[in-house]
This record gives sequence, structure tokens and C-alpha cells, in this order.
Amino acid sequence: MSYSSKEIWEEFKHSKIGISGIVILVILFLLSIIAFVTIPLDNFKNWNDPSSWLAYPKSAAPSWVNYFQSEKIPEHLSLKPESFSQNLGSVYMHTDLFNVNYQYDGFPSDFIYQYSVEYTGSPLLQLSISRPDGKTLDLVSVALPFTNSSTAYHSMLFSTDGVIIKNLGLYKNLYNFSFDNLSSEKIIFSKFASDEILKGEYKFRAKLYSVSEKPTIMESKLILGGKVYGFMGTDELRRDLAVGLLWGTPLALFIGITVAVASVFLGLIYGTYAGYKGKLTDESMMRFSDIIYAMPTLPLLIILAVTIGKSIFLIVGFIVIFSWVGVAKVSRSMALQIKNLQYVEAARLMGQKERIIIFKHIFPQLLPYALASTAILVPAAITAEAGLSFLGLGDPSFPTWGQILHDASLSSAASRGMWWWILPPGIMIAVTGLAFVFVGHAMDVIVNPKLRR
Amino acid sequence: MGFKKFLAKRAITMFGVLMATLLITIALVGTNMDAILKKSVLAEIQQQVTNDKPLMATFKTSEDLQAYIEKQYHQRILALGLDQPWYTPQRIGLAMYKILTLDFGHANFLTSDSGSSEVKDIMLEKMPRTILLFTTATAIISVIGIFLGAIAASKVGSIIDKMASGFAIISSSFPVWWVGVLLIFVFAFVYPVFPAIATPEVPPTDPGYLLSLLYHMTLPLITLVLLGFGSWAYIVRNFLVGVLQEDFVTAKRAAGIDEKKILYSHALKNAAPPIVTVLALSLSGSLGGSVITEAVFDWPGMGKLYYDAINVFDLPVIIGETYVLTAFFLVSIFIADVLYAYFDPRIRRE
Repeated sequence: MSYSSKEIWEEFKHSKIGISGIVILVILFLLSIIAFVTIPLDNFKNWNDPSSWLAYPKSAAPSWVNYFQSEKIPEHLSLKPESFSQNLGSVYMHTDLFNVNYQYDGFPSDFIYQYSVEYTGSPLLQLSISRPDGKTLDLVSVALPFTNSSTAYHSMLFSTDGVIIKNLGLYKNLYNFSFDNLSSEKIIFSKFASDEILKGEYKFRAKLYSVSEKPTIMESKLILGGKVYGFMGTDELRRDLAVGLLWGTPLALFIGITVAVASVFLGLIYGTYAGYKGKLTDESMMRFSDIIYAMPTLPLLIILAVTIGKSIFLIVGFIVIFSWVGVAKVSRSMALQIKNLQYVEAARLMGQKERIIIFKHIFPQLLPYALASTAILVPAAITAEAGLSFLGLGDPSFPTWGQILHDASLSSAASRGMWWWILPPGIMIAVTGLAFVFVGHAMDVIVNPKLRR
Repeated sequence: MGFKKFLAKRAITMFGVLMATLLITIALVGTNMDAILKKSVLAEIQQQVTNDKPLMATFKTSEDLQAYIEKQYHQRILALGLDQPWYTPQRIGLAMYKILTLDFGHANFLTSDSGSSEVKDIMLEKMPRTILLFTTATAIISVIGIFLGAIAASKVGSIIDKMASGFAIISSSFPVWWVGVLLIFVFAFVYPVFPAIATPEVPPTDPGYLLSLLYHMTLPLITLVLLGFGSWAYIVRNFLVGVLQEDFVTAKRAAGIDEKKILYSHALKNAAPPIVTVLALSLSGSLGGSVITEAVFDWPGMGKLYYDAINVFDLPVIIGETYVLTAFFLVSIFIADVLYAYFDPRIRRE
């Protein structure tokens, strides 16, 4: 009945399932570390703030889908400029050149030019595009608002701006078809001969002319809207799902492990005490645990979340309330056996305190079992939290996997074919659960000789 | 301890659980309950007064009217006992008594399909559908599970055995509702074979209603069976493996009895008690999870009702549902206990 940790590890090494569980766990922990390192905490607090996701596309599939189909869906591109500057007499000119080799089989959904400049006077901003066929189209030229003292100015030019559409109207005779109802990006990226995409090298130029002081450009970014983005795509609210899924990993591990450790700890103490004390204490403690055991978990969890609160820490607490009982029952029956062993009786005869007997003599015997049941409790806790979140009763400020699935079902992702929003969170839940089940199963085989066959 | 005494003890514990759950529910929703009740009383009085034209004519100023309503309101609150907080013994006692006698009151927002707002009516209407879905699923799961489990147990270590165990572990890691969403995605939108929403379009009075209901039940049923039978087969397999190692099986083998006959008629019979017990328990477990499953499929049963009630915070329905779900849960646990004790006398003597 007694095992040293070294013996357990020796046996564990031979369990293929156990090792694969450990490998998955290590990967998950690495993912959590990557989440902590690469995505700053502030970024993750902005998960529910729509304004921080403006530069992202709406409902975009992962970009790797293009590898699996002949027709390439336009990718959402955020272009960085090459900068040049020169002096034309008294006029200072700054050019930001955005190069894009456009090889997709569809038109971009829109484009946005974002800039912030610090200047005095009233510089002129010109946006033009050179097409692969050598033709240059002037899109827009705006004078930035006049200012006497040096001011920072932040603004955006949208492809939907009326000015751009009006300016494009000047090139009407180049095109062999009428583009009256087409939006500007469809005109710019189209062949002259027919309404089809023209592939090749496009050059966007943003030129800033200033007669007075030299302006400093602090930000200059061209976003070419597309329908695929990043490794995991984006959701309806333009959020990058890779960020949500990555952050979901430490959250799930936190929820699962905290619940499991707390429940096993509580259950062990409760069960061991009841078993050690025996008689009336045992009877009444066991009846109480029977009551908790027989309660329907999910309905009560829902009521607790609705009436008391949805904070992630509260939810962890609620799940603990319902998951310590199983451990308590088993550790009670194990304690019943152990307390009659001679060394425990000897300790009692020597007049050792009850507390010391329980913690020093009985507890260590139960540890292997406790470890196994901790691993087995984790998936249940993760699924319970995911279920609550899916019903909309989770902590809305954290992107847990259940929360992402809840958002997906709210936006009816299934009917709109947004598989990249539904599949990955569920797979992550299952894989995390499996890892712990594997480890728990391997541990169980070691500590539970009945299963050794 | 005799069997009767054992039964009585279990029954008392179960009743205690029911009361405790009820008490916790009332305690959790009590404060909100009071506020909502008072608000609805006030609204009711205001409506009565404004509809009563002759009475309205007797008020000269709006202060008079306000004072009258105020007075009426206090009288009504006193009459209903709402002047005392919900945690006074009388009010808790009264609330528990009402619920015990299945008087759940009227729902605040939700109504049944036939238009009744009585919580009892709403639940009675939804209950058969939940029972239909979950007992059918449990029946199918147990048949597939027992056969698969028996095959796996007869060939321990074979490919079938390993695949069944692997499937059991993997399928139990996926949340049921997620697989539901996935199946809806595949079979309702990518290949539109089954309807996405499990609520039938035809009204319940239509003769084709039952047929339509069964058609709409397919997808939730497939989901429940798909995720259920694996772990069930695993349980059956483990029980059977235990039985197959007993001496009497070896004796039968030595006597030359057909291996199939040993498996299906002798071993299965001996493994039946724990299997039946787990069956009853799994039925109760799936009922508890019905809230999410039914919400995903929009299946018009008890679980969906609970989900709707939570969304609009319809307290009488929440309390009634919790009571009935707990009662269901307890009855199946009780049946499981009794069956186990009946088959295995050692339990009673503990």
C-alpha cells in the first residue's frame, strides 16, 4: 500500500499513456508561458474592447486555408512602409511606399490608411497607387488642419471615403466597363478590360508635402482588408482567435488545477478525519457528504453563478463545493483500514496527538491516490467551467475556451460556416482533458493494484 | 440491518437532500424573489386602479391617487406576508410547504405552449419530451454498450478491446454540447440532413407532431449516443473481465460449455447488478446535464426551460425546475441504491 515517489516514477516511465499525457501537459504549459511572454497582460484585458481590434478583419478564416485550395482567398494584410524623403526647393516631401504582391483570386474587402503626424502649418497628404500594368491612380489629397504650434494629428483614410470614389471617376474612360456601382477597391484592383482581379505588384504611395518645418511621421500603416487572417482567424468582433485560444490555455489549467487540488485537499482532510474518528462523527460527516453528493451539480452551479456572481474565482469555488465528495468517500474508507494498522496504533499508544497521527501517519499513505484523483478531477472541472461559460454564465472578462464558444454560438457561427471559431476551442478542451485523464489513468494503474492486469 | 431498514434510511437521506437543495435554492434567490414579488404586487394594484374608471374619478389630485395606491399596496404586502423578510421561519416554511405540495405558483414571463403561465403546467408539458429524449438515448447507449463491452471483454488485449477503451476515454473528454454544436454544423448546414433546431415547426395539436418531434430528435439523440456508448462499453467490459476470472467461469470452461454462452448468459448475468446500477446513475447524470444539451439543440424540454428561465430570471420556474430536477436525480439514485443492495446483500450490512 505504500509507495515512494521514486518507485511510482519508475513504474510511470513504462506507461505509454502516462508519458504521452505528460508530453501533452508540457506542451500546454509551454503554450501558457508563450501566452504570458508574447501577449502583454494589457492586450489581454482589451479582449472585450472592440476599439482595440479595429485593424483586424471581421470573421476571417485562418490564412493557411489558402494552402488547401486552388482559389486563393485574399489575406488580411497590414503593410509597413519604406520611407523616403527629399527637399524640392523649399518644399519638404516625405514618401511612404507600401509594396504588395497581390496574387489572390479575390478583391480585397477594403483598405484603410492609418497615420499620425506631428507638424506645424498645414501639410498636404496625397495617396496614390501604381498598378502592375504601370498605370498610376491618384486616390486622394487632403490638407491636414492648420496649426501654429507643433501638434500631433492622428487620422485614417478609408476606401469608402466619397472623395476616393469621386476621384476614381476621373479614370472612367480607361475602363471598358461601367463601374458606377463598384466600391473603390474593386475599381483599383480590377483589369481595365473586364471586371476581374488584376494580379501583380501594387505600390501604394502616401506623400506628405510641407512648406514649413519638417513633419515627423509617428505611425503610417496601410491595411488591406481580406477574408483570411493569421493562424487561427478572427471572430465576428474582429478579435484574433489565436490570442483568445492561447490565453485560454493558462486559464483552463488554472481553473482545472485549482479546483482539483482544492477538492482533493478538502476531501482528503474531511474523509480521513471522519474515518479516523469513526462512530457518530463518521456517521454524521458521511451523511452530510451524501447530501452534497446527491445534489444535481449543473442546475445548482447555474443558480450559484446567477445569484452570487460570475467571477472566475467564485466559479472555481462553486465547482470545488461539488467535487470534493468523491475523494472524501474513498479516503475515508482508506483511513478506516490504515487506522487499524499496527504502526498507527503504536503511535496512538505513545500518546501522539490526533492531528499529528492524521497528517504524519495517515496522509502520506493516501498521497499516491490523491495525486491520481487530482489528475482525474481536472478535466471535469475544465468541462464544468466551459459548460457554464457556454451558457453565458462564465466570467465575461476572460477569454476562456467556453467563453469563445459562447460568443460563437451567440453569433450563430455554425450556420455561417465559421468552423475555425467552433473547432479549436472544443479540441483544446478535449486535448487538455485527455492529457490529465492519461496521467490519471497511468497513476491509477500504479496505485490501484486491482487494475493491474 | 434488514433490507427494509436500509430502504428507510436511504429514503430519509434522499428526502433530506431534497429539502437541503430546496432550502439552498430559496436562500440563494430569496432576496431577488422578494423584490420581484413586491414589484409585481405594485404593478398589479396600479393596473387595477387605473382600469377602475369610477374609482379614478374620486381622486382630485395625483397625490390622492398615489396615497390610495400606497395604502392598498401596504395592505396587500401585509396580507401576503411580504412585510417580513424571506428568511423568517414562517415564510420559508410556507414556501417549502407550497413546493412540496407541487404548488409552484405562476411564472413571471414564460408560458406553456397552450398559454398557461402556471409553472406546474409548463413543466408538465416539457417533461415528457425530456424523458423521451434521455430514456431513448440511455436505452440505445446501454444496448450498444453491453454488446461492445461483451465483445471487448471476451478478447482482452485485442484490437477491438483497445479501440473500444481508447474511444471511451477520448469520447468522454469532449463536452457533449460542443459535439452537439459540431454535429449541427455538419449535418444541418454543410450537409443539410437534419434540422438545426430541435423544436418542431408544427403546433403540438397537429397529428403529425409526434413524427416531426421524432425527426427533430435525431441529431440530439445521435450526439448523446455517440458520446455515451464508449464509456458505457468500458464499464461493462471492466465488470465482465472481473467476472470472467472467477472460479465458476473456469469450471464452466472446463466443462466444455460454449464460450459465447458463458459470456452472454453466465458472465453477463453475474455482472448485471452493478451494470443496472450504473445505468440508473448515468440516466440521472444525463438529466442534470440536460440543461446544456437541450439549450444547444433547442429541444423543448425541461433543460431548455431551465435555460430560458435563467435568461429571463423567472424565479418561480427556476425554483420549480430545481426541485423537479433534484427529485428526478434523487429518485434514480435511490433506485440505483435499492437495486444494488437488492443484488448485493453485503452493502446492506455495512
